[in-house]
Amino acid sequence: MMSKLSKPTLWFLGSSVAIYVVLQILVSTGLLNSFWDTIIRIGAVMAIVSIGLNLIYGFNGQFSLGQWGFYAIGAYAAADVTYRWTVNKSADGLVILFLATALSGASILWLHQRIAKVRGIDPLSAFTIYLTSTIAWSALAFWVGITATPAVTALLNMLPAAIALQIVFIVAVLFSAILAAEISYLFGLPILSLGSDYFGIATLGFTVIVKILLDNSDTLLGFVEMKGARGMIGIPKITTLFWVFFFLMVVIVLVRNLLRSSYGRAIISVREDEIAAKAMGIDVAEYKIVAFVLGSFLAGLAGGLYAHINGFLHPNTFNFIKSFDPMIIIVFGGLGSITGTIFASFAWALVLEGILRIFLPQGFETWRFVVYPLLLLVIMLLRPKGIFGDYEIPFLRQVLPKPRHPEKEKIEAEKIAEVQP
Amino acid sequence: MNTSTNSTFFQTVIQKRWLGKAFLLLLTALAVWRIATALMADPLLFLQQVVNGLQLGFVYALIALGYTMVYGIVRLINFAHGDVFMVGSFVSFYSITRFQLHLWPTSVFPAMSENLSNVIGVLTVIVVAMIACALLAIVIERVAYKPLRNAPRISALITAIGVSFFLEYFAALDFVFSANFITYKRPIEVVTWAIGANGITQLSGDAPPEGTILLSNIALIIIVTSILLVVALQFIVHKTRIGKAMRTVAYDKQTARLMGINADAVISTTFAIGAALAGAAGVLYAIAFSQIFFVMGILPGLKAFVAAVLGGIGSLPGALLGALIMGQAEVLSAAYISTPLRDAIAFSILIVVLLVRPTGLFGEPEREKA
Repeated sequence: MMSKLSKPTLWFLGSSVAIYVVLQILVSTGLLNSFWDTIIRIGAVMAIVSIGLNLIYGFNGQFSLGQWGFYAIGAYAAADVTYRWTVNKSADGLVILFLATALSGASILWLHQRIAKVRGIDPLSAFTIYLTSTIAWSALAFWVGITATPAVTALLNMLPAAIALQIVFIVAVLFSAILAAEISYLFGLPILSLGSDYFGIATLGFTVIVKILLDNSDTLLGFVEMKGARGMIGIPKITTLFWVFFFLMVVIVLVRNLLRSSYGRAIISVREDEIAAKAMGIDVAEYKIVAFVLGSFLAGLAGGLYAHINGFLHPNTFNFIKSFDPMIIIVFGGLGSITGTIFASFAWALVLEGILRIFLPQGFETWRFVVYPLLLLVIMLLRPKGIFGDYEIPFLRQVLPKPRHPEKEKIEAEKIAEVQP
Repeated sequence: MNTSTNSTFFQTVIQKRWLGKAFLLLLTALAVWRIATALMADPLLFLQQVVNGLQLGFVYALIALGYTMVYGIVRLINFAHGDVFMVGSFVSFYSITRFQLHLWPTSVFPAMSENLSNVIGVLTVIVVAMIACALLAIVIERVAYKPLRNAPRISALITAIGVSFFLEYFAALDFVFSANFITYKRPIEVVTWAIGANGITQLSGDAPPEGTILLSNIALIIIVTSILLVVALQFIVHKTRIGKAMRTVAYDKQTARLMGINADAVISTTFAIGAALAGAAGVLYAIAFSQIFFVMGILPGLKAFVAAVLGGIGSLPGALLGALIMGQAEVLSAAYISTPLRDAIAFSILIVVLLVRPTGLFGEPEREKA
């Protein structure tokens, strides 16, 4: 079994586990206090959001500013489910979220197979079909969920409280991420046909709309416990170091494997040249939406984890100004570099939340956001392509498929090199 | 037989995009119905809202023109533009409170009529703010954007965000401006007229007479100044040498260089003109809403940007039209649909317009640029 794993894989897995163990020991023994512990967890969460955005922008070339909106959706949905479980002692949020996302997800997949066979359907018509079916299935899910809630609540109450809470947490986080992915599918379908800057602005608009809806979540949306612009409190703080590391590792490995597959190469080819990709038989629209949905899924996942770090959510966290944070991170780390993204996420959290909060001299506390943009400017001017450029550690590196006739291709390549000095 | 007719009907539905059109039609019908009922219920109130919307729309227009010019020439979304707008209003605030700049005509020419000296005083304040903003924009362009002209476009966008943060939080420092809300001292007294069937009367008491629309001198100043500036900008862009150079550089920077145009100087000028308009907008906005704050530029900046995109970014008449639409959308949806949702509605309008016209109302079809 072990012999099947290559050397870079072993290095990567070994060092990640080692880093986790060291950090966990430091935190458990109290050498790192809860402040730094929180910063590490926020860094990991930002890494997940930013990997998602890197998938959309860095690898697929779609200039999206909507990542933060999906992050907000994931955060609030997951927080609402666990809040209802811990405070209201009811699994209604869990059941309804589960049923609604599962049913509308299934309906989207089912419709997708049917609609893909129809030639020449325009995105807006497809969107209308999907939207109608999603609303219908969600209404059904709500109705079924209300009736099924007591049974599920009783079932979960038979388990020990701690385990039940963990189960609710994991299901909430995963299905909030699926919720974010489904919304991104519905939204992305008509929008992805826009040109790059217009797409960026439309997704920015999405982020703003989500923020405004969250500001009025108690009055307009009817979620009283979200408390609108006053901020949601009382969310259980159950995102431990273990969970963020676990999810970060899973995300890194999955994204790496995705990018190494034919799907990944198709996604990258769309970024390189849409027309050439189309000429090679790649369904450009399809791969754009695949990347967009996967990236939004990661944003939703990270949102769910983030909500349970501080136990407090405020719509201002999901302000569109902050929606540039993942964009800043991926540009800093290097577009199309997962290594860079992970590094930049932790560096961002350490500098902005940690160092600039603690080490600014007395009387200069208000300078935090003066120093931060200056750092931003200096790094950007010195390294316009990001700190890592497109460097990757060996484990994450792209591999191109081996040529079928290595000798022949080598000779061909030499011939071409001779002709074009 | 039956199945074949079914399938042809289905094909027509697909080919003519009926489903998507029906969806858009439903949205449009809802909006039209809401506006129509509001108009029927109280035409005067509706007209009053339209006037308020115009006032807001013209302020947005001044900011949007700067966005659209800069985008047209360097393809950069200049996120620091909204903060230049903020700096404009702060500069005017200090030139009024510290230096009494709006009073200079009365102190130098005591014999001048009061109205004339007021007008000259306000214009001076606006011009000072415009010059300050233009200089600021030239510095920003030299420091933050010019070194990155050959880097990927996203790098310049990130520095724009950095400059935006910097301007905001630097302005918030105690010794610069302030981190608190500041009540703006208007350079002129507010005079409100009630316009109705009985002619125009100056409003003196508290209750406006029945059946009238209120119009303040502030709204007049905003609308007139904005129109003058827009006309001046049209003149500069279409009738002068520098305008011709700007259009050339926007069309093709390399070729413009070959024709002997100093592209860098032209780009700097464009930034300066755009920022001057934003500075003027900052003064007008502060006069209208009489409160200034170090992050006041973010939302108007964003909305003006949306207006520019709505009109087709890169197009000057588009920016003006888009801004007027945004102003109306904001005021009307606040009045008739829902106040907290007004920004969400404005953005939804943007998204729907982009679905119908992917490059905005007056935008050219996308041209791939390296």
